[in-house]
Amino acid sequence: MKKITLRLVPFFGLMLMMSLLIHSKTASAEEDLFYTYTYDYWGIERESPDAYAMNSVMLGSQLGVGDFNAPEGMFIKDNQIYICDTLNNRIVQFSYENDKYTFVREVKEVNNHGKTEALSKPYDVFVTDEGLWYIADYGNMRIVTIDSANEVKGAIYKPEDEETLEADYQFLPKKLVVDAAGRIFVQAENINKGFMEFESDGEFVGYIGAAEVQFDIIDYFYKLISTQEQREQMEAFVPTEYNNIALDADGFIYATLGTFDEGNYKSAQPIRRLNAKGTDILIRNGYYDPIGDVQVGSGGGYKGPSIFSDVTVLENDCYYCLDMTRGRIFGYDFQGNMLYAFGGIGYREGSFRYPVAIGNLGDSLFVLDKELGTITQMTLTEYGKLINDALNTYKVAKYDESADYWRKVLRLNGNYDLAYIGIGRSLLRQDKFEEAMEYFKLKLDYKSYSKAYKLYRKDWIEEHIAIIFTIFIIWLVYLFVRGRIRKFRREVQGE
Amino acid sequence: MKSITKNSARSWFSHFKDTLRYSLHCIVSPFDGFWDLTHEKRGSMAAANFLVIMTVLTTVWKYRYTSFVFIRIQWEYFNVILNICTFLLPFFIWVLSNWCLTTLFDGKGTLKDIYMGSAYALTPYILIQLPMIVFSNFITYEEGAFYNYFLSFSMIWCGFLFLASVMQVHDFSFGKALLSIISIIVGMLVIIFLLLLFFSLLSDAIAYFMSLYKEISFRFY
Repeated sequence: MKKITLRLVPFFGLMLMMSLLIHSKTASAEEDLFYTYTYDYWGIERESPDAYAMNSVMLGSQLGVGDFNAPEGMFIKDNQIYICDTLNNRIVQFSYENDKYTFVREVKEVNNHGKTEALSKPYDVFVTDEGLWYIADYGNMRIVTIDSANEVKGAIYKPEDEETLEADYQFLPKKLVVDAAGRIFVQAENINKGFMEFESDGEFVGYIGAAEVQFDIIDYFYKLISTQEQREQMEAFVPTEYNNIALDADGFIYATLGTFDEGNYKSAQPIRRLNAKGTDILIRNGYYDPIGDVQVGSGGGYKGPSIFSDVTVLENDCYYCLDMTRGRIFGYDFQGNMLYAFGGIGYREGSFRYPVAIGNLGDSLFVLDKELGTITQMTLTEYGKLINDALNTYKVAKYDESADYWRKVLRLNGNYDLAYIGIGRSLLRQDKFEEAMEYFKLKLDYKSYSKAYKLYRKDWIEEHIAIIFTIFIIWLVYLFVRGRIRKFRREVQGE
Repeated sequence: MKSITKNSARSWFSHFKDTLRYSLHCIVSPFDGFWDLTHEKRGSMAAANFLVIMTVLTTVWKYRYTSFVFIRIQWEYFNVILNICTFLLPFFIWVLSNWCLTTLFDGKGTLKDIYMGSAYALTPYILIQLPMIVFSNFITYEEGAFYNYFLSFSMIWCGFLFLASVMQVHDFSFGKALLSIISIIVGMLVIIFLLLLFFSLLSDAIAYFMSLYKEISFRFY
């Protein structure tokens, strides 16, 4: 007995060592802070390799300007990062180059024709190509424009508009963008008619992109039969309200909705792309509309649909939405297909507490956290780069190259539906219909499959028309002969 | 002896074939058709059973072989038994409820007649939906309007035949048939309710005896 035990000791020792080896491997996998995923056709979450990897998390003090206090806005342009340090009443500018932040400028007060005025709770800043800063000076209830010498170039106060704005309305601008023509689009507090639009000289034009009021006949019926007291007790009707605004390279406005009917979150269209008339022109061709999380259970203290707090648009028309509910970032391509989602709520690197703003610079995404006062930088991985390459080459009609990139993506992630469909699309463009159909069928893309099948069917019929015709004629002849024989027989029998 | 069985088998088969072919007559001229079906013994139970089985197979094949352009199924969660039951159970409850209620309404049909009439009324479903399964594989998403049109057409045709079968099998007027169909549907709901009640009570009773057994066994061991 003892002998056996002794003999087993080295065996167990070996086992222990092996298990240590295995354990160390899983431990390193757990250190991977990111969880990246996509959704398949059925809305089932599929784990995916990381498209973005953690790069750095910076506090204000680490950047040498003192900690941020509830920063609300971030603006990024030409390697310059502008942070609205809201409760410190200042705006800080950094330049970002070669993984290093360099402090450039801090604006605490502006020079209004010789008079010094302090900024009060600046919520957002937009910098034009000419170097003018448009600041949403929330506490001073105005939008102020300054040049590089802090000299005030213009200011917009509450517009004179009795029709839509009550006398006691306070103009509290929160987010703004300025388009190439100098028009200013403002999202202000307590405005639910869309964005306020101002001419470049500060004249109020009107509202654009009013989120339509959803008329509910059942609600209307209840309101008809209920008494005044009951009506007052009823939940106040919450109109949909925008909470952020961004500009893409083509000058279109990307807007996020902060409040909407959470029961119908799948059709709420919380992200919109508005043209000059305020019409939503976002393309929604994906399995699901861009709504963030498709499956929204409650767990870990979080529940309800994704509510986007900001959106940023890349050069290639991919856009990234920042979700406040679960601290996630959702990437979408120009067709509205979800590319991947990552991030989360927490204190670890790559998680957020209260993400309020997102921006992009080069291959990186920057996220501003209001509660922690940090800037998180995430950089594109090789996997993410391959996806972008595949999308970009497809957009410029290099279908062969695009398919090659998608094949590389597939090698890294076999669950990636977009890659299959992407290969299928490229094959379709190369007139390889049968193969294209196979790829579409694998991922249940029935619309693309139909397109490929239609062409395949046309080809097939053209190729086999001779045979089809011959068979048809033979059949006709057969019918004719059979009829003749029967008639002949009947005649013979009749006689 | 041998030749007789062979003969009778052949005659059985030819009878089955004739009665089955009669379903084609039934669906185009339902008022004559359903009258003769039971009163002139033009139908047979074998053909009726065959039609019901074919309907079951059509529903199953529909899910399995229709092009994914029109029907997409998560096969992990697909249950064939459940699929079959969602057709068969309502069908048999319909027949039962029909028999229970039309007996009170002076209906002439027996349970067998009702079953036969209902089964023959399913013919358009098989005749249209079965070819549509094949057809669906040769059309595109844009051409789906034809597909959907034919599917709804088959259902409407079946519904009309059910009405005709109730009228002719029981020798009802149109109004009376409509009224009885409404009460049959109510009757179906009552039967389903009773079934649920029965199974719920049964499971409670079983649970009771199980716990009783457990108590006793814990007591003695």
